[in-house]
Amino acid sequence: MASTKKQVSKFTWKEFKKQKVLMIWAAVFVVYGLIFCYIPLFGWLMAFQDYKPRTGIFGSEFVGMEKFTQLFSDNTFLEVIRNTLAMGVINLVLTFVTAIAFAILLNEIRLTIGKKMVQTISYLPHFLSWIVVTGILHDVLASSGIVNELLMNFGIVDKSVNFFAHPEYFWWIVGISNVWKETGWNAIIYLAAITAIDPSLYEAAAIDGAGRWAKIKNIIIPGIMPTIMILLLINVGNVLNAGFEVQYLLGNGLVQSVSQTIDIYVLKWGISQNDYAIGTAAGIFKSLVSIVLIVVANQLAKRAGGERLF
Amino acid sequence: MKKNDVVISVSQPKQSASAANTIFVICNTIIMILFVIVTLYPVLNTLAVSFNDGTDALRGGIYLWPRKWSLQNYITVLQKDNLITGTYISVLRTVLGTITALAANALLAFIVSRKRFLFKSQLSLFWVITMYVNGGMIPIFLLYKSLGLTNSFWVYIVPGMVSAFNMLVMRTYMVGIPDSLEESAQLDGAGYMTIFFKIISPLCMPVYATVALFIAVGQWNSWFDAMLYNRMSPEFTTLQYELMKLLSSVTSQGANADTMQHAQAGAVTPTSIRAAATIITMVPIICLYPFLQRYFVAGLTIGGVKE
Repeated sequence: MASTKKQVSKFTWKEFKKQKVLMIWAAVFVVYGLIFCYIPLFGWLMAFQDYKPRTGIFGSEFVGMEKFTQLFSDNTFLEVIRNTLAMGVINLVLTFVTAIAFAILLNEIRLTIGKKMVQTISYLPHFLSWIVVTGILHDVLASSGIVNELLMNFGIVDKSVNFFAHPEYFWWIVGISNVWKETGWNAIIYLAAITAIDPSLYEAAAIDGAGRWAKIKNIIIPGIMPTIMILLLINVGNVLNAGFEVQYLLGNGLVQSVSQTIDIYVLKWGISQNDYAIGTAAGIFKSLVSIVLIVVANQLAKRAGGERLF
Repeated sequence: MKKNDVVISVSQPKQSASAANTIFVICNTIIMILFVIVTLYPVLNTLAVSFNDGTDALRGGIYLWPRKWSLQNYITVLQKDNLITGTYISVLRTVLGTITALAANALLAFIVSRKRFLFKSQLSLFWVITMYVNGGMIPIFLLYKSLGLTNSFWVYIVPGMVSAFNMLVMRTYMVGIPDSLEESAQLDGAGYMTIFFKIISPLCMPVYATVALFIAVGQWNSWFDAMLYNRMSPEFTTLQYELMKLLSSVTSQGANADTMQHAQAGAVTPTSIRAAATIITMVPIICLYPFLQRYFVAGLTIGGVKE
């Protein structure tokens, strides 16, 4: 986080009065933030209570960690943690590798108009909602869809596969749809980083007779390494956030055991079954794990002497 | 961004270098063409299905071009009341939500980017924390319920007005504007609001465009809030949510092609209607984003690399 400039103005009432307008607006933003971002944090208390909507947070009885014990003795919840982590990691690895590879390969295209066109097309899926993407995915993977048709034409399978009925495919379908949606978008930042590499390095490499691969391996990849590290850090903290919309939209009864994520669990217990305490406890668990992940990743990066977030 | 020291160690035989390069160029071009096909095909296929006669489309075999042209799918979609309401609400929330959120983020960014502002680091931190910690789905749901934001249009506008990420992108941009502009305006007697509207904002148009695009796309595409907060109020439903309902109805019937053919005396099927609805939700975004490309590329680079 870039800290604001060090030279801080000293607090004086005279200065305060001069900034009256700023102060009024700042107060408005603080009130707004307290209401919409900080007050919900008090809702965490519900997870430690035998929460009854009728009595509210202040009238419900505290039960300590009981709800958490209940949560972790629920096999479904353990399954849900596994699914969230597995899909988070698969998404992270797949989208990272493809975005970096795509940025590097696109950068090697010499024809400017071709490069521009490919890039513009590559952004398109990012702007589509998951509703649209999953709708398209259902068509593409349908029994008469293009994927089955290609698989059958190449003789890989002899009858069409119902992709949404097999639990073993689900995580990969989610991963690949993430790749389809975000590769071009995620590549923007790497392309910018590649552009920032000092051109004299390429010239020096050319004199040494370096081919394209050698340039990619020895100049481009080390050059964008700091960017890769910082994005990796940001994304590691988000691993558990990776799963909601697409799993919710693609999931069905047949693949439920692998498609449910923590957020879906919270939605199901909290909102649909009105068990607010369990839902909140699951939500807290997710937040804590995310914070731990981001701190650990940050420490590892610090130890490795690389970039870090804070 | 820091640049790493690069050690160049090349151990390639020189004579084969040009042959290797040619192979590389050919492979790379093929990969890029495949990438474009994989990206565009599903979208173009949906477009073709949406213009094809619904019953005919069930036979399969439609790729990039409709076999039996028909506008019936679009006519049916545009006659559905819930989709019309949904479109109206989606347009309204996108326009109103983008304007209010842009104004709020810009003003907040303006405040925390003033060098002389006494609480700038505290106020920044106050918002940065919200990026990492939040109450979670249920406490937020209960809060909105008690504020009367459920079953209301305002749930799309009010709670999401400030986003720390967008604010930071704008702040980074504003910090880069020379202070002398502000100082000379102050000498002329301009107040902070005048400086914000007359001096800073006109210079910030590129970053405003970027953030506006982010917000607008988010507003247009979001469906979960409609499902969570306004499920009981069909008058506040959004286009994406209606599309989702259409999608799940098709998926549950999909296995049973018989009933579908039986039920459709006319020329439309749930699949073809869905294709048309999908295209309708895509059109505004597809028309807009290529023109805003340079703004979001610049915005992402400011926000991501420096931040």
